[in-house]
Amino acid sequence: MSRAILRDSLSVALTVGVYGIAFGAAAVEADLSVLQACVLSLLAFTGASQFAVVGVLGAGGSALSAITAASLLGVRNSFYGLRMAPILQVRGAKRLAAAQITIDESTAVSVAQEDKGLAEMRFGFWATGIGVYIFWNLFTFLGALGATALGDPAAWGLDAAVPAAFLGLLWPRLISKSARIVALLSIFLCTLLIPFAPAGVPVIACALIPFIFAFVGDRK
Amino acid sequence: MIWTAIIATSFIVFALKYLGQAVPAAWLANARIQKFALHLPTALLAALVAVQTVGNEKSIVFDARSIGVIVAGVALFFKAPFPVVVLLAALTSAGIHQL
Repeated sequence: MSRAILRDSLSVALTVGVYGIAFGAAAVEADLSVLQACVLSLLAFTGASQFAVVGVLGAGGSALSAITAASLLGVRNSFYGLRMAPILQVRGAKRLAAAQITIDESTAVSVAQEDKGLAEMRFGFWATGIGVYIFWNLFTFLGALGATALGDPAAWGLDAAVPAAFLGLLWPRLISKSARIVALLSIFLCTLLIPFAPAGVPVIACALIPFIFAFVGDRK
Repeated sequence: MIWTAIIATSFIVFALKYLGQAVPAAWLANARIQKFALHLPTALLAALVAVQTVGNEKSIVFDARSIGVIVAGVALFFKAPFPVVVLLAALTSAGIHQL
Protein backbone atom coordinates (compact mmCIF):
# COMPACT_ATOMS: atom_id res chain seq x y z
CA MET A 1 0.00 0.00 0.00
CA SER A 2 2.67 2.48 1.04
CA ARG A 3 5.18 1.81 -1.70
CA ALA A 4 3.37 4.02 -4.23
CA ILE A 5 3.18 6.83 -1.67
CA LEU A 6 6.86 6.42 -0.85
CA ARG A 7 7.68 6.69 -4.57
CA ASP A 8 5.59 9.90 -4.81
CA SER A 9 7.27 11.28 -1.71
CA LEU A 10 10.79 10.55 -2.92
CA SER A 11 10.24 11.98 -6.39
CA VAL A 12 8.82 15.16 -4.85
CA ALA A 13 11.74 15.31 -2.41
CA LEU A 14 14.31 14.97 -5.20
CA THR A 15 12.62 17.56 -7.43
CA VAL A 16 12.53 20.03 -4.55
CA GLY A 17 16.19 19.29 -3.95
CA VAL A 18 16.92 21.02 -7.25
CA TYR A 19 15.32 24.18 -5.87
CA GLY A 20 17.78 23.78 -2.99
CA ILE A 21 20.69 24.19 -5.42
CA ALA A 22 19.06 27.37 -6.78
CA PHE A 23 18.54 28.62 -3.22
CA GLY A 24 22.10 27.92 -2.14
CA ALA A 25 23.41 29.75 -5.21
CA ALA A 26 20.98 32.65 -4.71
CA ALA A 27 22.09 32.99 -1.08
CA VAL A 28 25.74 33.27 -2.08
CA GLU A 29 24.82 35.75 -4.82
CA ALA A 30 23.17 37.86 -2.06
CA ASP A 31 26.44 37.77 -0.06
CA LEU A 32 25.45 35.13 2.48
CA SER A 33 28.17 32.69 3.50
CA VAL A 34 27.81 28.95 2.88
CA LEU A 35 27.17 28.52 6.62
CA GLN A 36 24.46 31.20 6.64
CA ALA A 37 22.73 29.60 3.64
CA CYS A 38 22.79 26.19 5.35
CA VAL A 39 21.54 27.50 8.72
CA LEU A 40 18.62 29.23 7.00
CA SER A 41 17.65 26.00 5.22
CA LEU A 42 17.98 23.92 8.41
CA LEU A 43 16.02 26.28 10.65
CA ALA A 44 13.55 28.12 8.43
CA PHE A 45 12.95 25.24 5.96
CA THR A 46 10.34 26.89 3.76
CA GLY A 47 11.57 27.67 0.27
CA ALA A 48 9.66 30.77 -0.76
CA SER A 49 10.40 32.57 2.54
CA GLN A 50 14.09 31.70 2.28
CA PHE A 51 14.23 33.00 -1.30
CA ALA A 52 12.52 36.17 -0.05
CA VAL A 53 15.20 36.71 2.62
CA VAL A 54 18.04 36.49 0.13
CA GLY A 55 16.04 38.33 -2.56
CA VAL A 56 15.39 41.34 -0.31
CA LEU A 57 18.88 41.38 1.25
CA GLY A 58 20.45 40.96 -2.20
CA ALA A 59 18.49 43.97 -3.48
CA GLY A 60 19.92 46.05 -0.62
CA GLY A 61 16.87 45.83 1.65
CA SER A 62 17.04 46.00 5.45
CA ALA A 63 16.93 42.97 7.74
CA LEU A 64 13.46 44.09 8.85
CA SER A 65 12.17 44.13 5.24
CA ALA A 66 13.65 40.69 4.65
CA ILE A 67 12.07 39.29 7.83
CA THR A 68 8.69 40.86 7.01
CA ALA A 69 8.57 39.58 3.43
CA ALA A 70 9.65 36.09 4.55
CA SER A 71 7.09 36.02 7.36
CA LEU A 72 4.26 37.07 5.06
CA LEU A 73 5.20 34.23 2.72
CA GLY A 74 5.26 31.85 5.71
CA VAL A 75 1.63 32.58 6.63
CA ARG A 76 0.38 29.90 4.24
CA ASN A 77 2.10 27.23 6.33
CA SER A 78 -0.27 28.08 9.21
CA PHE A 79 -3.14 27.04 6.98
CA TYR A 80 -1.38 23.83 6.01
CA GLY A 81 -0.91 23.13 9.73
CA LEU A 82 -4.58 23.70 10.28
CA ARG A 83 -5.39 21.21 7.52
CA MET A 84 -2.89 18.61 8.82
CA ALA A 85 -3.59 18.82 12.59
CA PRO A 86 -6.71 16.59 12.62
CA ILE A 87 -4.97 14.09 10.33
CA LEU A 88 -1.67 13.86 12.23
CA GLN A 89 -3.05 14.18 15.78
CA VAL A 90 0.37 14.58 17.36
CA ARG A 91 1.47 16.21 20.63
CA GLY A 92 4.70 17.35 22.26
CA ALA A 93 8.01 16.77 20.49
CA LYS A 94 6.28 15.02 17.58
CA ARG A 95 4.14 18.08 17.02
CA LEU A 96 7.24 20.29 16.93
CA ALA A 97 8.77 17.97 14.33
CA ALA A 98 5.53 17.90 12.34
CA ALA A 99 5.35 21.71 12.42
CA GLN A 100 8.89 22.05 11.05
CA ILE A 101 8.08 19.87 8.01
CA THR A 102 4.66 21.45 7.37
CA ILE A 103 5.31 22.90 3.89
CA ASP A 104 3.69 23.00 0.44
CA GLU A 105 4.97 19.58 -0.63
CA SER A 106 4.29 17.48 2.50
CA THR A 107 0.75 18.87 2.71
CA ALA A 108 0.10 18.35 -1.00
CA VAL A 109 1.25 14.70 -1.02
CA SER A 110 -0.72 13.97 2.16
CA VAL A 111 -3.93 15.55 0.89
CA ALA A 112 -3.57 13.62 -2.39
CA GLN A 113 -4.00 10.35 -0.38
CA GLU A 114 -7.36 11.48 1.01
CA ASP A 115 -9.35 8.66 -0.59
CA LYS A 116 -6.98 6.03 0.86
CA GLY A 117 -7.43 6.81 4.55
CA LEU A 118 -5.77 8.49 7.51
CA ALA A 119 -2.79 6.13 7.84
CA GLU A 120 -1.76 6.75 4.21
CA MET A 121 -2.24 10.51 4.61
CA ARG A 122 0.06 10.48 7.65
CA PHE A 123 2.63 8.35 5.87
CA GLY A 124 2.61 10.69 2.86
CA PHE A 125 3.12 13.71 5.11
CA TRP A 126 6.05 12.29 7.09
CA ALA A 127 7.78 10.60 4.14
CA THR A 128 7.58 13.72 1.97
CA GLY A 129 8.44 16.15 4.76
CA ILE A 130 11.49 14.20 5.95
CA GLY A 131 12.60 13.46 2.37
CA VAL A 132 12.39 17.12 1.35
CA TYR A 133 14.18 18.13 4.56
CA ILE A 134 17.13 15.88 3.76
CA PHE A 135 17.43 16.80 0.08
CA TRP A 136 16.69 20.51 0.54
CA ASN A 137 19.49 20.89 3.07
CA LEU A 138 21.94 18.72 1.15
CA PHE A 139 21.36 20.62 -2.09
CA THR A 140 21.44 24.02 -0.36
CA PHE A 141 24.95 23.14 0.80
CA LEU A 142 26.01 21.98 -2.68
CA GLY A 143 24.46 25.02 -4.39
CA ALA A 144 26.11 27.46 -2.00
CA LEU A 145 29.45 25.69 -2.31
CA GLY A 146 29.19 25.61 -6.09
CA ALA A 147 28.29 29.29 -6.37
CA THR A 148 31.18 30.23 -4.08
CA ALA A 149 33.55 28.33 -6.38
CA LEU A 150 32.19 30.08 -9.49
CA GLY A 151 33.22 33.60 -8.49
CA ASP A 152 31.50 36.49 -10.32
CA PRO A 153 27.79 35.56 -10.22
CA ALA A 154 26.67 37.81 -13.09
CA ALA A 155 29.19 36.23 -15.48
CA TRP A 156 27.49 32.86 -14.88
CA GLY A 157 24.00 34.29 -15.25
CA LEU A 158 23.11 33.79 -11.58
CA ASP A 159 21.53 37.25 -11.56
CA ALA A 160 18.83 35.90 -13.89
CA ALA A 161 18.64 32.47 -12.25
CA VAL A 162 17.25 33.93 -9.01
CA PRO A 163 14.20 35.72 -10.51
CA ALA A 164 13.72 32.73 -12.84
CA ALA A 165 13.47 30.54 -9.72
CA PHE A 166 10.86 32.91 -8.27
CA LEU A 167 8.95 32.73 -11.55
CA GLY A 168 9.12 28.93 -11.34
CA LEU A 169 7.61 29.06 -7.84
CA LEU A 170 4.93 31.51 -8.98
CA TRP A 171 3.90 29.73 -12.19
CA PRO A 172 1.91 26.78 -10.72
CA ARG A 173 -0.09 29.26 -8.61
CA LEU A 174 -1.45 31.03 -11.70
CA ILE A 175 -4.15 28.43 -12.37
CA SER A 176 -7.15 30.67 -11.67
CA LYS A 177 -8.10 33.96 -13.27
CA SER A 178 -8.13 35.71 -9.89
CA ALA A 179 -4.60 34.46 -9.17
CA ARG A 180 -3.39 35.86 -12.51
CA ILE A 181 -5.03 39.23 -11.75
CA VAL A 182 -3.38 39.31 -8.30
CA ALA A 183 0.01 38.52 -9.87
CA LEU A 184 -0.31 41.18 -12.59
CA LEU A 185 -1.44 43.86 -10.11
CA SER A 186 1.47 42.96 -7.82
CA ILE A 187 4.01 43.23 -10.62
CA PHE A 188 2.53 46.60 -11.58
CA LEU A 189 2.39 48.01 -8.01
CA CYS A 190 5.84 46.71 -7.11
CA THR A 191 7.50 48.14 -10.24
CA LEU A 192 5.75 51.47 -9.64
CA LEU A 193 7.13 51.62 -6.06
CA ILE A 194 10.75 50.66 -6.83
CA PRO A 195 11.95 54.24 -7.50
CA PHE A 196 10.23 55.67 -4.41
CA ALA A 197 10.37 53.11 -1.58
CA PRO A 198 13.37 51.60 0.25
CA ALA A 199 14.42 48.16 -1.06
CA GLY A 200 12.14 45.38 0.18
CA VAL A 201 9.20 47.68 0.86
CA PRO A 202 7.69 47.38 -2.67
CA VAL A 203 7.48 43.60 -2.15
CA ILE A 204 5.82 43.89 1.27
CA ALA A 205 3.39 46.54 -0.02
CA CYS A 206 2.01 43.97 -2.47
CA ALA A 207 0.42 42.12 0.47
CA LEU A 208 -2.20 44.87 0.19
CA ILE A 209 -3.51 43.40 -3.06
CA PRO A 210 -4.73 40.03 -1.70
CA PHE A 211 -5.90 41.90 1.40
CA ILE A 212 -8.15 44.12 -0.72
CA PHE A 213 -9.21 41.10 -2.78
CA ALA A 214 -10.27 39.18 0.35
CA PHE A 215 -11.65 41.85 2.65
CA VAL A 216 -12.99 44.62 0.42
CA GLY A 217 -14.30 42.58 -2.51
CA ASP A 218 -17.69 40.87 -2.70
CA ARG A 219 -18.87 38.41 -0.08
CA LYS A 220 -18.04 35.30 -2.02
CA MET B 1 22.46 42.07 9.92
CA ILE B 2 22.35 38.87 7.85
CA TRP B 3 22.38 36.72 11.00
CA THR B 4 19.58 38.81 12.51
CA ALA B 5 17.48 38.22 9.39
CA ILE B 6 18.26 34.49 9.43
CA ILE B 7 17.47 33.87 13.10
CA ALA B 8 14.38 36.10 13.26
CA THR B 9 12.97 34.67 10.02
CA SER B 10 13.58 31.10 11.21
CA PHE B 11 11.82 31.78 14.50
CA ILE B 12 8.79 33.48 12.92
CA VAL B 13 8.25 30.97 10.11
CA PHE B 14 8.45 28.11 12.63
CA ALA B 15 5.95 29.87 14.92
CA LEU B 16 3.61 30.25 11.92
CA LYS B 17 3.88 26.55 11.10
CA TYR B 18 3.26 25.58 14.74
CA LEU B 19 0.37 28.02 15.09
CA GLY B 20 -1.70 26.20 12.48
CA GLN B 21 -1.38 22.90 14.37
CA ALA B 22 -2.02 24.45 17.77
CA VAL B 23 -4.89 26.94 17.45
CA PRO B 24 -8.57 25.93 17.41
CA ALA B 25 -9.64 25.26 13.81
CA ALA B 26 -12.33 27.95 13.92
CA TRP B 27 -9.72 30.72 14.25
CA LEU B 28 -8.47 30.35 10.71
CA ALA B 29 -11.64 28.96 9.14
CA ASN B 30 -13.01 32.37 8.10
CA ALA B 31 -13.57 32.47 4.31
CA ARG B 32 -12.02 35.93 3.88
CA ILE B 33 -8.90 34.97 5.84
CA GLN B 34 -8.57 31.83 3.71
CA LYS B 35 -8.91 33.84 0.51
CA PHE B 36 -6.22 36.24 1.76
CA ALA B 37 -3.93 33.32 2.61
CA LEU B 38 -4.50 31.77 -0.82
CA HIS B 39 -3.51 34.89 -2.75
CA LEU B 40 -0.77 36.22 -0.44
CA PRO B 41 2.07 34.01 -1.77
CA THR B 42 1.00 34.74 -5.36
CA ALA B 43 1.22 38.49 -4.79
CA LEU B 44 4.57 38.36 -2.98
CA LEU B 45 6.21 35.97 -5.45
CA ALA B 46 5.05 38.14 -8.37
CA ALA B 47 6.48 41.20 -6.61
CA LEU B 48 9.79 39.40 -6.01
CA VAL B 49 9.95 38.49 -9.71
CA ALA B 50 9.41 42.17 -10.59
CA VAL B 51 12.07 43.49 -8.18
CA GLN B 52 14.64 40.93 -9.25
CA THR B 53 13.96 41.39 -12.97
CA VAL B 54 13.92 45.17 -13.42
CA GLY B 55 14.95 46.61 -10.04
CA ASN B 56 18.44 47.98 -9.48
CA GLU B 57 18.64 49.82 -6.14
CA LYS B 58 16.05 52.56 -6.69
CA SER B 59 15.99 52.57 -10.46
CA ILE B 60 14.27 50.45 -13.08
CA VAL B 61 16.60 48.91 -15.61
CA PHE B 62 16.19 46.49 -18.47
CA ASP B 63 19.35 44.41 -18.85
CA ALA B 64 20.75 40.96 -19.61
CA ARG B 65 19.13 39.60 -16.46
CA SER B 66 15.69 40.91 -17.55
CA ILE B 67 15.99 39.13 -20.90
CA GLY B 68 17.01 35.95 -19.04
CA VAL B 69 13.78 36.11 -16.99
CA ILE B 70 11.68 36.60 -20.14
CA VAL B 71 13.31 33.48 -21.60
CA ALA B 72 12.42 31.67 -18.35
CA GLY B 73 8.80 32.79 -18.77
CA VAL B 74 8.70 31.43 -22.32
CA ALA B 75 10.22 28.14 -21.11
CA LEU B 76 7.57 27.86 -18.35
CA PHE B 77 4.84 28.60 -20.90
CA PHE B 78 6.07 25.62 -22.90
CA LYS B 79 6.02 23.53 -19.70
CA ALA B 80 9.79 23.14 -19.36
CA PRO B 81 10.88 21.52 -16.07
CA PHE B 82 12.27 23.75 -13.31
CA PRO B 83 16.00 23.03 -13.78
CA VAL B 84 15.73 23.76 -17.51
CA VAL B 85 13.92 27.05 -16.80
CA VAL B 86 16.60 28.26 -14.39
CA LEU B 87 19.44 27.06 -16.62
CA LEU B 88 18.02 28.80 -19.71
CA ALA B 89 17.66 32.07 -17.77
CA ALA B 90 21.25 31.80 -16.53
CA LEU B 91 22.66 30.90 -19.95
CA THR B 92 20.81 33.78 -21.62
CA SER B 93 22.06 36.34 -19.11
CA ALA B 94 25.60 34.95 -19.10
CA GLY B 95 25.62 34.88 -22.92
CA ILE B 96 24.61 38.53 -23.15
CA HIS B 97 27.26 39.47 -20.55
CA GLN B 98 29.88 37.84 -22.80
CA LEU B 99 28.90 39.96 -25.83
